[in-house]
Amino acid sequence: MTKCRRCKGPAVIDIRRHNAAFCTDCFLHHCREQVRKSIHDFRMIAEGERVLVAVSGGKDSLALWDILLDMGYDADGVYLGLGIGDYSNESHRMSRAYADKRGAKLVEIELRDDFGFDIPTGSKAARRVPCSACGLSKRHLFNKAAIDGGYDVVATGHNLDDEAAVLFGNVLRWATDYLGRQLPVLPGEHGFPRKVKPLVRLGEREMAAYCVLRGIDYIVEECPMAEGNKHLGYKEALNAIEEQSPGSKAAFYFGFLDRASAMFTPQAVAERVDLKPCSSCGAPTTGDVCAFCNLVVKATR
Amino acid sequence: MKVLLRNPRRELDVPGPLRVNALLAKLELNRESVLVIKGDTLVTGDALLADDDSVEVRPVISGGAV
Ligand code: SF4
Ligand SMILES: [Zn+2]
Ligand SMILES: [Zn+2]
Repeated sequence: MTKCRRCKGPAVIDIRRHNAAFCTDCFLHHCREQVRKSIHDFRMIAEGERVLVAVSGGKDSLALWDILLDMGYDADGVYLGLGIGDYSNESHRMSRAYADKRGAKLVEIELRDDFGFDIPTGSKAARRVPCSACGLSKRHLFNKAAIDGGYDVVATGHNLDDEAAVLFGNVLRWATDYLGRQLPVLPGEHGFPRKVKPLVRLGEREMAAYCVLRGIDYIVEECPMAEGNKHLGYKEALNAIEEQSPGSKAAFYFGFLDRASAMFTPQAVAERVDLKPCSSCGAPTTGDVCAFCNLVVKATR
Repeated sequence: MKVLLRNPRRELDVPGPLRVNALLAKLELNRESVLVIKGDTLVTGDALLADDDSVEVRPVISGGAV
């Protein structure tokens, strides 16, 4: 029987990347320590700052919220209703249930009620890929919710697998502009709140395990719009490599941060200087009207 | 043993006893991509599952474009 690395009791999970196994208590401790280390090393959240966690009802965002609350952070959640049938109904229910159970505050935004469109029909009308309309809406509305609510920082549940997959995609296309912005912390400036990803040291499997062991109900079903997208393909490719040589994903991502990312930042910084307020909503943008306001017009016509 | 799979939800009958890693190999699943849940806890790769056990094999990969 596999033993816990920390207390030598019976283990419930093995993490090959760390060549370690843990019992429930020591695993939860391990997760909190990884988050603590990320927050400290990348200076994500300062003492007394107010955090807004982007909550989707999935394992990553609920685990992140749980860990931040347990660590004593002043962390509220924000949920964005995308109008994707049962998937959205369930994910909303899970987010609400978690907030109620913890007595935490959840800010709720509905695309359909508040902006007159949903992702399936709106993306079609605007002739955009659903995930691109969705990502754009999330970025814009989470920023707005943070600024409106007086939060210092937006925290998202991106984990090591997400970041490694995005990096893989960006490297395959040598998307140097994206490479310059792929950091665990984006500073708050030019009217944007700071953005942080405290789960970058934890893998996807660890986040699912965290929720199971903490008794957190999350939505296991996939968003139906994700099917066949490139992001999932990159994750599978990386997991095939990881199975052969554990630690590859972490070496790929952290090696990039340590030794390569700085080469791409000047371009990303240059793109940020030309920002002015959107003539429709006031959010910072390079054009006259921001991409989200543009999407709303096209999605609702 | 009863094996519950997700996405889509379905149930398989697999003869035991069998170690978790052997079960995953049999189902042709990558151990990086799933968790094996028994009751309200998890089991490690070398755990032996009995013929009358019930487990859930849960995928952990989620993925929209970010
Ligand atoms: S899979 Fe695409 S559409 Fe679905 S939630 Fe993720 S980004 Fe949005
Ligand atoms: Zn232990
Ligand atoms: Zn705007």
